[in-house]
Amino acid sequence: MSAHAASVVQGAALADSLHSSTGVDVTRCYQCGKCSAGCPLAGEMDYPSSVLMRLLQTRQPEMDEKALRSHSIWLCLSCETCFCRCPMEIDIPKVSDFLRAEAVRQKKVHPAARNILRFHKSFLDVIHYAGRLYEVGLIADYKSRSWNLIQDVAMAPVLFFKGKLKPFPHLVKNRRALHKLFKKTQNEEARP
Amino acid sequence: MKMGYFPGCSMGGSSREYGESLLAIAPELDLQLEEIHDWNCCGASAAHNLNKKLSLALPARNLGLAGQQQLEELLVPCAACFSRLAGARHELHQDEALRHEIEGVIELPLEQMPRSLNILDVLQKVFPQELNGRLRHPFAHKVACYYGCLLVRPPAIAQFDRPEDPQVMDQIMQRIGAEPIDWAFKTECCGAGMSIPRTDLVGALCAKILEDAVSRGAEAIIVACPMCHSNLDMRRSAINKAAGKTYDIPVLYITQAIGLALGLPPKKLGLHRHIVPVRLPERAATPVLEPVSAQEES
Repeated sequence: MSAHAASVVQGAALADSLHSSTGVDVTRCYQCGKCSAGCPLAGEMDYPSSVLMRLLQTRQPEMDEKALRSHSIWLCLSCETCFCRCPMEIDIPKVSDFLRAEAVRQKKVHPAARNILRFHKSFLDVIHYAGRLYEVGLIADYKSRSWNLIQDVAMAPVLFFKGKLKPFPHLVKNRRALHKLFKKTQNEEARP
Repeated sequence: MKMGYFPGCSMGGSSREYGESLLAIAPELDLQLEEIHDWNCCGASAAHNLNKKLSLALPARNLGLAGQQQLEELLVPCAACFSRLAGARHELHQDEALRHEIEGVIELPLEQMPRSLNILDVLQKVFPQELNGRLRHPFAHKVACYYGCLLVRPPAIAQFDRPEDPQVMDQIMQRIGAEPIDWAFKTECCGAGMSIPRTDLVGALCAKILEDAVSRGAEAIIVACPMCHSNLDMRRSAINKAAGKTYDIPVLYITQAIGLALGLPPKKLGLHRHIVPVRLPERAATPVLEPVSAQEES
């Protein structure tokens, strides 16, 4: 079991498991709204970051559920604008990271965010296999997960002729070390 | 100046021209780079989204390998890699128990983790003494210096001059003859890793960035991050679709602009690899005032 999963106590409020796992304390938030005002994607979110903080502060199971099942946590770009402007210096991107991992673990991923999750998984698949990112592999893996077969097909030959798409991966030599690294850090998300 | 070098994955693929232009200007700036042997992907935007321990272990392995090579400073030109490497070092310095745990995962010691420097840190270091009298073609254009997110945020890791209105890139561009504009989207997000799963959102965010730069008279956008570049350049059709109009403003890496100013051939700088052609209005080159060289002459 990973460190993350171990620190999430069954039945505990999300705010508490967040605090013990990451050190981030959402009770510090006093709802000034600066994070939501500066968020580039607040307009697309079901709960902008300041509302998300409030949901967690209530410590009510039904509010925790709303946070976990939100689309917002998947739209967060980790651009760090909210953290940079928060007068209480709450690391909100870390809250999103924690909630995403929890949503995957509890199988509560928002349906509209499935492709975003598939993309992250494809990315990690490629790194696990090659050690370095390899665009052709990433796109093929993502297409097989998402069935978005037509997307970006027209761009492939252009990128190839511009020398931006390598047909073969550049593999890390010590793949065994990398495989071990993945194995030792594996959590629920990585299991089939 | 000698330092370690972590190229990152995109330097060999989608942002090949960033690597090419960096390696082309490095000797001109007397910068010797020693690559980390057998480096791996830093985990970028994916690992931290799903798995905290993995998101620390991936960059930590690179820091461990660099430590074995006795490297004290690392140039990390990709802003996302820089953020992951500098962030992991910061977190592992603060939490000794976590550091021991990650050392066990990567099977490398992390006592001597090198400091990561982004491209602007390094250019700032090597510029003042080295550039005098070397400008063959001053880059005499109005430019929008676009910093994006991860070079300047979070402040505790990036340690930049001013997180909301940074100046370093503007100052460097001024030194090579450019006229940086004052604009509002310097540090707004381009959509980063959403380029593939949510191209629509990237198009909308980048359209706002281009509109502000163009409406204030910029002739080119200057970037220092492969993700910013690929979103603003490679995703131009999605941007035009979101904006309902066509933008033709080119996007250059700061290393390409410097290379052009130093008189290096465009092909060596990878300018032909862009999706949006790099066409800049011809200007009568104005001599660049270099305070230090002026003193030397008098």
